[in-house]
Amino acid sequence: MGVSKNPDYIIADSGSVDIGPQALGADTHVSPEEWQRHDLELMFLASRELNVPMIIGSASDTGTNRGVLQFVRIVKEIAKERNITNFKIASIFAGVSPEFIKKKLESNVRIEGLYGRPDLSYRDLERTKNIVAVMGAEPIVKALEVGADVIIAGRSCDSAIFAAPLLKEGYSEAVAWYAGKVLECASFCAEPFMGKESIIGTIERDGIIVEPMHPIQRCTPSSILAHTIYERPEPYEEHVPGGYVDMRDCKYEQIDDRRTRVTGMRFVKTPYKIKLEGAGKVGERAFGFAGIRDPYLIKNVDAVINWSRGKVESKYGKEGYMLFYHLYGKNAILKEMEPVKKDPHEIGILIEAVADTAEKALDIAHLATRWLFYARLPLVKGTAGTCAFPFEEALLGKPAYEFTIHHLMPSSEKEALEEIFSVKVEEV
Amino acid sequence: MDKVKLYDLAKTIRSKNGKVDLVTFDIIFKDEKSWEIAKNSKVFTKENIARLFNIPQERIYSFVYFEEGKLIKFSIKRKHPCGGPGDTDILGAQWYGPLLDLEIPLP
Repeated sequence: MGVSKNPDYIIADSGSVDIGPQALGADTHVSPEEWQRHDLELMFLASRELNVPMIIGSASDTGTNRGVLQFVRIVKEIAKERNITNFKIASIFAGVSPEFIKKKLESNVRIEGLYGRPDLSYRDLERTKNIVAVMGAEPIVKALEVGADVIIAGRSCDSAIFAAPLLKEGYSEAVAWYAGKVLECASFCAEPFMGKESIIGTIERDGIIVEPMHPIQRCTPSSILAHTIYERPEPYEEHVPGGYVDMRDCKYEQIDDRRTRVTGMRFVKTPYKIKLEGAGKVGERAFGFAGIRDPYLIKNVDAVINWSRGKVESKYGKEGYMLFYHLYGKNAILKEMEPVKKDPHEIGILIEAVADTAEKALDIAHLATRWLFYARLPLVKGTAGTCAFPFEEALLGKPAYEFTIHHLMPSSEKEALEEIFSVKVEEV
Repeated sequence: MDKVKLYDLAKTIRSKNGKVDLVTFDIIFKDEKSWEIAKNSKVFTKENIARLFNIPQERIYSFVYFEEGKLIKFSIKRKHPCGGPGDTDILGAQWYGPLLDLEIPLP
């Protein structure tokens, strides 16, 4: 739909930290390749037909080197199937080796923790399996300058993939980075709320006009404002390497039923810093499940859980593993933050066990689940069993990972281009 | 005193990861009238939100009234980063639940 408007660039962000640390830690993707290929094919065919560049950021969920190589392979396969030749494809790698970061720590560079995290320590680094650096616009501008038609970038600021072509075309940093912020989540800046439908940004010297492509959606001043604050703690600022967009004085003007113009954004320069993201493995993870319907057991569910945990501890002790009982129906989502205290009529208990080996995690999850069935509380009438199993086994999941690095590293445009993000261009 | 639920004053009440260590909340009010009721009610303070979620105020990372957007935005620091062991809401998408039933006194 957007393609019929003859855009000058076709751009999509493909990754996020929202999906949790598993994908980065294990260096894999969460969306199946078939879905990724579907989207890449639509974009690639349209971009070749219109002869305009396509830009993908944070390739394949994580933006690791694996993700970039995978997307480049898929694009080449599509090109071969469709007999499309004569284009330049750029790969921009964002993977960072732990040694690189270690050298920074050794030379006493302070790598600052974000949102209350402590500064990066050797210990955090040792716990980390994979690290990506989050690129600003420079590497993407560089790829455009050498004439890339397809750009597959590793981990990037969501807004950088949109800002880069605008900066290359000579627009101000304020307009370029604001445009990136407002366009990066596609139709999330429109109403009514739908999936991520395409949108078009028309760039002017001092602002942007945003228009949704889905026929029933509209971009209004309030829908755009609501999106510019989405997913981020600071409502007025979008931080990128080397500065931030200040949105305090933005003016929103509804042009017609579907389009809104935004002006008045500013760009404030700050010392050049690059964000690092890293994840490491915690252990193997297994799950069990049980339900409780007896009101007495529900009222005393803490005692039921202590009973089960005690049995696990009598075999494995108190340390060297993790065991969680998530009480669905009671407080599984918010835990101690849950303000509703009244007892439900039914509780589902998800048992989560994390340990060094799969065998141990499975055994702990299985034991914990089984002992919920034999909870010997003094007033239990249902002496046959104290929980209901929808299945009687423990299930092995993927390993558990955690975000070990979410930090800012002091850097420079020069270092970003020469030492951190490498750009490789090939002719197809 | 008459009261109204936040559910009836706001058009959007949502929570979502603010990167990996925070969950950020947006309450977007329906119209000027709802916004004025909410603002003047003194219900939306760091203290009250901390009390609602049973957390110390230090875990509330930011708390902003956003006049132009008729919205309130605040963030809560997670105990552990998103998606790690023990986390049951990787995207922080359901943390907003308790806000819907918040009672706001009418003027």
